[in-house]
Amino acid sequence: MDLMIESFPRLLNATILTIELTLLSLFFGIFVGIFFAVLRTRKNKILNSISYYYSYIFRGTPLLVQIFIIYFGLGQVEWLRESFLWLIFKEPYSCAIIAFTLNTGAYTSEIFRSAFETIRKGVLEAADALGLNKMHVFFKIKLPIVIKQSLPAYGNEMILMLKGTSLASTVTLLDLTGVAKHIISTTFRPVEVFVVAGSIYLLMTFIIHNFIKILEKKLDYSK
Amino acid sequence: MGLLAYGDTGWGDELFFATLMTIAVAMTAIFIGFLLAGIFASFKLSNIRILNLFGSFYTTVFRGVPELLVIYLFFFGSSGAVMYVAKIFGYDGYIEVSAFLTGAISIGIISGAYSTEVFRGAIQSINRGQFEASEVLGLKKKIYYYKVIIPQMLRLALPNISNVWQITLKDTSLISVTGLVEIMRQSYIAAGSTRDPLFFYSFAAILYLFLTFLSLKLFNNLEKHYSKGY
Amino acid sequence: MNKFKRLFLSIFASIILLSTSVLADKIKIGTEGAYPPWNAKDESGKLIGFEIELANFLCIYMKHECTIVEQDWDGMIPALVMRKFDAIMAGMSITPERMKTINFSQGYASDGASLAVMKGSPLEGMDTSAINLSSTDTATEKILADLTTALAGKTVCVQTATIHQNFLESGLVGKPTVRTYKTQDEVNLDVAAGRCDAGLADILAITDFAEKSGKPVVLTGPVYSGGPFGAGVGVGIRKGDNSKQGKKDAKLLKDFNKAIDTARKNGKISELAIRWFGFDASM
Repeated sequence: MDLMIESFPRLLNATILTIELTLLSLFFGIFVGIFFAVLRTRKNKILNSISYYYSYIFRGTPLLVQIFIIYFGLGQVEWLRESFLWLIFKEPYSCAIIAFTLNTGAYTSEIFRSAFETIRKGVLEAADALGLNKMHVFFKIKLPIVIKQSLPAYGNEMILMLKGTSLASTVTLLDLTGVAKHIISTTFRPVEVFVVAGSIYLLMTFIIHNFIKILEKKLDYSK
Repeated sequence: MGLLAYGDTGWGDELFFATLMTIAVAMTAIFIGFLLAGIFASFKLSNIRILNLFGSFYTTVFRGVPELLVIYLFFFGSSGAVMYVAKIFGYDGYIEVSAFLTGAISIGIISGAYSTEVFRGAIQSINRGQFEASEVLGLKKKIYYYKVIIPQMLRLALPNISNVWQITLKDTSLISVTGLVEIMRQSYIAAGSTRDPLFFYSFAAILYLFLTFLSLKLFNNLEKHYSKGY
Repeated sequence: MNKFKRLFLSIFASIILLSTSVLADKIKIGTEGAYPPWNAKDESGKLIGFEIELANFLCIYMKHECTIVEQDWDGMIPALVMRKFDAIMAGMSITPERMKTINFSQGYASDGASLAVMKGSPLEGMDTSAINLSSTDTATEKILADLTTALAGKTVCVQTATIHQNFLESGLVGKPTVRTYKTQDEVNLDVAAGRCDAGLADILAITDFAEKSGKPVVLTGPVYSGGPFGAGVGVGIRKGDNSKQGKKDAKLLKDFNKAIDTARKNGKISELAIRWFGFDASM
């Protein structure tokens, strides 16, 4: 019991890193997701396949493999180490964000893609009839519909990303899971640490869940 | 390419067995998950409030807490827990819980949380009429659940079970912590020994993609089979 | 209960039974297998190294039947406590901190630690005199002060839960950025990749990496021993108590100490040390 109280401040401190990693990855991931989702709606076969295979690879392999390739694998590549890109790949923090972004980008692109596909033809025909140009249609009509449609699934993805950041601990970053593991391995009291760290994660999950619910309510035009 | 040779000079054989191990752990885990899901789904569907709470607690915790944390809990706590239980039964010696079981159980518990939601959703989406008709026909609850409801539930759940399988399969990569030699751990060992992480982790990715590909094919066939007549 | 359920349950029960086993009266020794030349694995996956050979000899002297088990470093002490094995021989130094949880035999070998950098690093070429941190005289304090300035703002990489991590976090050299990794291998990879300004590890481990990888890794700065670096490498054993297992543990400690005495007297430790380390590292 006293361990739970003792470890709480350290765990809370580490949570800051977890939140940073989650928010940054989700933020960049949205753009990546929209980009690849749009690629899938194009008629161009090459663009279509690029997007398809990107999604297939990043959803079909474990996040752990992805982060290891980007951090340890690329760290091995000589010409990368000598280029200016090394400034980015040198740091585990940026490597983690790149890996997480690419990963969530793939799942997000699937969510948006299926949302794009469910836009009723009638809406697009109406926009056409009104003489709206392509940009206008995309940003003012398609995107809002897609966003509203995707909310439930995207909320799920946000939680998955939050859990995914725990893998940052495998590349030296001291996030909530990393610190939790350190405490467990030095005190041999896994249950207490699990309860505290787990509760912090559950609290964040709860916040995300309710945030999405509120957004859904706000965007519900029919009410 | 010589790195992948079979036999003593290359890592081909180690990686092959590691792949088999990955499949073995994933299958054991998903079945443990199904057993748990059967229990907890019925809890969530029952009329007894306490059981509902138990069920929700299970699915919330094990879908909300990172897998690594669950694995650490079991890895660092398993022998202690098993021995604690054994002591209650009077056995005071040492019991070793294998790395395989520790890994399979941790992933199994997580997989079960997802499966619980799948089972629950599937049962809830079965037409009420099925239940009513069964009652009208005078069939006992146990019998009609087994012969009428569950077969339909399995068909409805199949696509989502495919997802749960994908998740379970990829989660096995995290059990490398426990020392079990599956794909991720073997790649880790090979990468360290040859100082060629790029090659081995990329190859690991290819192995996982291959397993994903096979799994998708398998589930597609299963779905086709069970949708006959629909 | 119908046929299938019964079959399924019995398969399930046998899987559980087959993978749990009641430990018989043999000794299991845990090692990392990833810390050459102390302990490592050859291409076929077999455990090799100074400690593997020494362990086998000690078991002969103790007249115990031993098996050597592999264990990740960061779970080493928990695994011992959980009775996954009965003794640790994994290049683990004897420190007061570790002695809070486990016992140690007398030390059987020791080696100094040092910083490692890539050729051309600004940290290259620092004074390499040996310092013992158990006794802090003015000479040692000056060296520590110089180090604090040299390491300020730098990133030093170490294996997690090691004496090297303890030293860097002790405040004796200020507050450099410390990055911890699961294995020494990962530390080596990142030092070679230039992600770390320096690595801190056992000299033997560093020279082994330099030789095997051919990378231009050089030692720099003093050779450390004592203080947070502990008092040599010993066999880790559970603390004894009055339970049946506890008494066995207490006896095992005595047996190991006697065996180490024998191995030292007949020159076995020195012989193995010279073969694996290139010099007599015995204590």
